[in-house]
Amino acid sequence: MTHEREVLDALGTVRDPELDEPVTSLGFVTSCTVSVDGVADVRLRLPTYFCAPNFAWLMVADAYDAVSGVPGVRQTLIELEDHFASAEINRGVAARAGFVQSFDGLAETELDELRTDFVRKAMLAATDRVCRPLLAAGRTPDELAVLTLGDVPQSPDRERLRARRAELGLPAGDDTPLLVDPLRGEAVGVQALPLHLRRARLTGIGMQANASVCRGMLRERYATIGVGEEEEDR
Amino acid sequence: MYEKDGEKYFVVDTHMHYWNAAPDNWVEGAEQYAKGWIECFHAYMGLGPPATHWSLEKFYKIDEATLMKDVFEDGYVDVGIFQPTDLTEWYKDGFNTTEQDAILFEKYPGKFILNTRWDPRDGEDGLKTLRHNVERWGCKGVKLYTAEWRQGSRGWKLTDPEAYKYLEACQELGIKNIHAHKGPTIWPLDKDAFDMTDVDHAATDFPGLNFIVEHSGIPRIDDFCYMATQEPNVYAGLSVVVGALMHARPRFFARCMGELLFWVGEDKMTFGSDYSIWEPKWQVEGFVDWDYPSEEFSDYPRVTTATKKKILGLNAAKLYDIEVPVELQLPGPGAPGVLGAVGVEERSGTKV
Repeated sequence: MTHEREVLDALGTVRDPELDEPVTSLGFVTSCTVSVDGVADVRLRLPTYFCAPNFAWLMVADAYDAVSGVPGVRQTLIELEDHFASAEINRGVAARAGFVQSFDGLAETELDELRTDFVRKAMLAATDRVCRPLLAAGRTPDELAVLTLGDVPQSPDRERLRARRAELGLPAGDDTPLLVDPLRGEAVGVQALPLHLRRARLTGIGMQANASVCRGMLRERYATIGVGEEEEDR
Repeated sequence: MYEKDGEKYFVVDTHMHYWNAAPDNWVEGAEQYAKGWIECFHAYMGLGPPATHWSLEKFYKIDEATLMKDVFEDGYVDVGIFQPTDLTEWYKDGFNTTEQDAILFEKYPGKFILNTRWDPRDGEDGLKTLRHNVERWGCKGVKLYTAEWRQGSRGWKLTDPEAYKYLEACQELGIKNIHAHKGPTIWPLDKDAFDMTDVDHAATDFPGLNFIVEHSGIPRIDDFCYMATQEPNVYAGLSVVVGALMHARPRFFARCMGELLFWVGEDKMTFGSDYSIWEPKWQVEGFVDWDYPSEEFSDYPRVTTATKKKILGLNAAKLYDIEVPVELQLPGPGAPGVLGAVGVEERSGTKV
């Protein structure tokens, strides 16, 4: 028999593409149940009624895929609540229809490009999380330029950086440069490095500030704690 | 005017509203959107200090006496700039139209600057209205809300050919300031709704216009900063940045301010309360008291009294030719504490 815990773990792999955090820890999961005969029923919620429908779609569709892949789940029900496009999204995802078909006339292409753009941002933000402590500890940008991923002490932030690079099809092995540009994966030269690090920091701060506002809005909107919700990472 | 520790600050609130979102103004059949919109605004208010929260009932419709007290009597504002957002698809008489704002603009001379708006989907009629509004009220600025829904359309871009006609009309009519705000849905829905590339292009093509990006591009503050360093006529509107972060998330506020000061610079940032999402009083008081919370922020540009005077009012006064009493102005150019954007100097010679 499948347990809620396993479905929740699967939902933990689903990220808000804009914030690069799991929907569970963000508090976006209202409820998550599994019946004895293997029907997983997941309800999702977002910080506002008008959250961008494309990102909402990606989360609902990813949740559907993740939950459907849990052994023992025979049927998956994912329902996004209280959103202006709930009906289109829930219906479209359940029917395995594409985004373009579900938003007839309002969209031109599927969401792959949008997702990739935001994985690039997430990669830059992850670069900042890895590099800022190194710089604070006295390493110079010139020193960072010659480091490899494997030279950096193992940490969740390093693995996040590695994972985002791998998702983009960029070099992600221990022997690859720590700092690569998010488009082509080429090593960032010493000259371009200060600006690259500045930009990474800016991207990281933008993302974290957004996550902060989203959490604040969600708390204002709903009195209940989400399933798997975690305190903000400060 | 706000006075603290012997320093006097001239305050221009560059982003305020006078809205009616009460249920009797909801369009039949679009009630869920009208309700969703104002409830979303109300949730934003929750990010301010608890003592400043209003009930949803009070929040639905701003009343005149409350506005005048909150903004001018209690809120230290010298001049308030109305930024309309029509949303006539959801609200019968509009959410916050130029006409609605004009009631107070006409009744209290000298207190307000009345901005108008346009939408390229209105075609020739919209251009006529724009001319009429400029003639009637002397509007020098417009608020553009690219995410507004209209007859099945979910938004527009500044680079649409029709929009360029309006930007040309602005130049011709003496409108100098374009306040651009991105909301969450825009056509086509598969693209990033907050993408500011169109503002970037328009700012390059219309160097005579100032583009004030409202909310500093939140949630795309990173893209905004990067664009603003490259376009001399792009400004950061701080509404929402102060309101949503200064109280609720002081450390992120400090980081965002540090980044804005670095990339955009203190000469191109303007305060706005976004009244009545938030009242100006606590924002002005808090901003004057504000500094980076710790040493950890030491590599961001310093914040001086002059920085705050510029951001709270003097920068906007320049954009809108508002006369500032001599004792509230900064000493002449080159005065101590008057810094430019550190980032621009540091990056000179670097190809961005």
